[in-house]
Amino acid sequence: MPTSLLLAAVDSWILACSSFTVLATIVVGFWAASRSRTASDFFVAGRGVSVGWNASAISGEYLSAASFMGVAGMVMSSGYDALWYPVCYACGYLFLLLFIAGPLRRFGAYTIPDFAEGRYDSPMFRKIAIVFVLFIGFFYTMPQMKGAGTTLAYIFQDIAWFGQRGLPYWVGVVMVGAVITFNVALGGMKGITLVQAFQYWMKMFAIAVPVFVLLSVYGGYGKQLGVNVADPSVQSKQLAASPGANPPFQEKIETSGNSTRTGPQPARILPAKAPPDATWLAPFGPLTTKAARAAKLDPQSSRRLALLYTYSLIIALVCGTAGLPHILVRFYTNPDGMAAKRTTMWVMILIGVFYIFPPMFGVLGRNLMPELYNGLTGVKGTDGIVLRLPTILRERFGVLGSVLSGITCAGAFAAFMSTFSGLLVSMTGALAHDVYGRILRPSASAADRMRMFKWCAISVGVVAVGLGCLAEDFEINFMVGQAFAIAAASYFPLLFMSIWWRGMTVQGAATGMLTGGLFAMIAISMTSFTTFVTTMSAKYSGKPMPDWLAWMKAHSLEAFWAAHPLQRILCEQPALWAVPLAITLMVVVSKLTTSSIPLDIRMKMLVLHAPEKLGLKQEYIREHESAH
Amino acid sequence: MSRQLRLSISCAAAFLVALLGLPLCNYFAPEFMAQRIGGFTRTWLLLGVLFFPLVWIISGFFIRRSIDLENAEVRDAADSRQTPSQNR
Repeated sequence: MPTSLLLAAVDSWILACSSFTVLATIVVGFWAASRSRTASDFFVAGRGVSVGWNASAISGEYLSAASFMGVAGMVMSSGYDALWYPVCYACGYLFLLLFIAGPLRRFGAYTIPDFAEGRYDSPMFRKIAIVFVLFIGFFYTMPQMKGAGTTLAYIFQDIAWFGQRGLPYWVGVVMVGAVITFNVALGGMKGITLVQAFQYWMKMFAIAVPVFVLLSVYGGYGKQLGVNVADPSVQSKQLAASPGANPPFQEKIETSGNSTRTGPQPARILPAKAPPDATWLAPFGPLTTKAARAAKLDPQSSRRLALLYTYSLIIALVCGTAGLPHILVRFYTNPDGMAAKRTTMWVMILIGVFYIFPPMFGVLGRNLMPELYNGLTGVKGTDGIVLRLPTILRERFGVLGSVLSGITCAGAFAAFMSTFSGLLVSMTGALAHDVYGRILRPSASAADRMRMFKWCAISVGVVAVGLGCLAEDFEINFMVGQAFAIAAASYFPLLFMSIWWRGMTVQGAATGMLTGGLFAMIAISMTSFTTFVTTMSAKYSGKPMPDWLAWMKAHSLEAFWAAHPLQRILCEQPALWAVPLAITLMVVVSKLTTSSIPLDIRMKMLVLHAPEKLGLKQEYIREHESAH
Repeated sequence: MSRQLRLSISCAAAFLVALLGLPLCNYFAPEFMAQRIGGFTRTWLLLGVLFFPLVWIISGFFIRRSIDLENAEVRDAADSRQTPSQNR
């Protein structure tokens, strides 16, 4: 088959599947919009979302571009250490279930700022909470937008053949932004619930089917993983060198030397950029020892630091999941607290099943498509493995490979569209409900606030598209990591302590949340600034740098980080100290200001924790009665 | 509320032992964790596959106990309303 025909065939399948996802999203959105009428429909989907629907919708919202494409890419590039990401993304929900989901729903607010104000009777605290919702929201939006832009550019890079030089990055951002903004403005939370539920099953299908086909053709998960030390040359060398021991640095030199010497053969050959089997497969590999390697530490102390890094990463991911505002707002759509708890459990099952698959892609990619290690960042490198891997089936099965690649592209579309729509709903809710309905015009009627919801959705959508266009040069993982770490150090301690400790005061809550969140942010920014400067100046290697970059390079902390790997790890992954700091501050400041504990704290605690059947509670917001 | 909190804390403890224990096992017993089970290393099998079912079991147990506790609380409240004494 001529190459041109083949390319045309590929494009049409990928294009068809991706367009199907976009069109289906619009159609489901329209259908749902015709059923969304009241303000409560818009903000909390009428509080009538059943457990099954809501669990699918939360899962659909949660599984973002980072989960769908990023996890597979990280497992491929970093190996075992990257497994913590899917595991903790899923396990964070256990903390939500155990400590937060039920009581938060019972409180009966619309948004997290509602809860912040209602729990402490403090309008000031609502404003602080709004700022954090918007801040975390926009941070989390940018990587989704970047995913949209790069995926679309990837899909259309092949049509350079038609006389176009591929699609520019911003087209994908604008397109996805427009579709979702339209959906949210039209149907609010109720419309988005159905769309997201649909998108969960879309993503599940899109990741599971290609994996099953690939595994049945190329051998099972265990077998593929087994290739990694079963590789006879490496194993014999390892056994000969030191039986049982694990010298990662020595191994690295040996393997990369080996792969260049042996030349082409049927067994897998890893490019020199790929981490060698021993460090890839074992814990404390390239991801967690980065700082220690930069400082040229000996293997024993770098292992110790890697252990510390692992713990801090775990805390950030688990507590961050439990503190993401766009996830939390979804629990308000359940009919009652028990339904909220049941929903959380189903979410864990749905996303847990999903998260078993992306690492398989990573493992398969390492064995079958090692050339991606030499690619650049983003979709051209290991991050693109989910989109690219099915195309290897073309050699054997022709069109099947293209169809499966089209399916994974469609899944990627579903991934960033659903997460962006969830973020848009929560940010729009914060603006339309908290800022407009509570602060600017408390007297606004339900109809006014619904109209405002639509306008806010459009303006937030425009801002998000604008930020997305700027995000092309940032790294997806850094932005997601920042959002998680800030959420872990601000919202998680706030919710956890407010729900379970009656001695909390508004001063304590605000001090802890602000200090934890800000310190975490400053710490991360310090390391990411260095990374940014390093990557930027690498672009100018050999050429003279512009003045601003030279200034930034002179002021970056590169030398300091190289000399102080421990400090670098603590700044790169601040959760280990930031979460305890926030909680300690909350306790200490609350103890100093016991006089400002709300007077009806007993009642508030009862509302948070008493079962609905007792009939003790009222919804914090009763839209149905007040609106009609 | 305190019974619910005790239940939550004990479930969280079970989970944290597994979550925080695994890196320790990797650190102190690397050879043991690297043993092969059907192609997987032991630690990869635990983290990449078996961790999810563990979380499901903990959450299933929590939901069952939590519903029981709520029903018990509703029953207690109904009883105390019939025989006027202090509630809770």
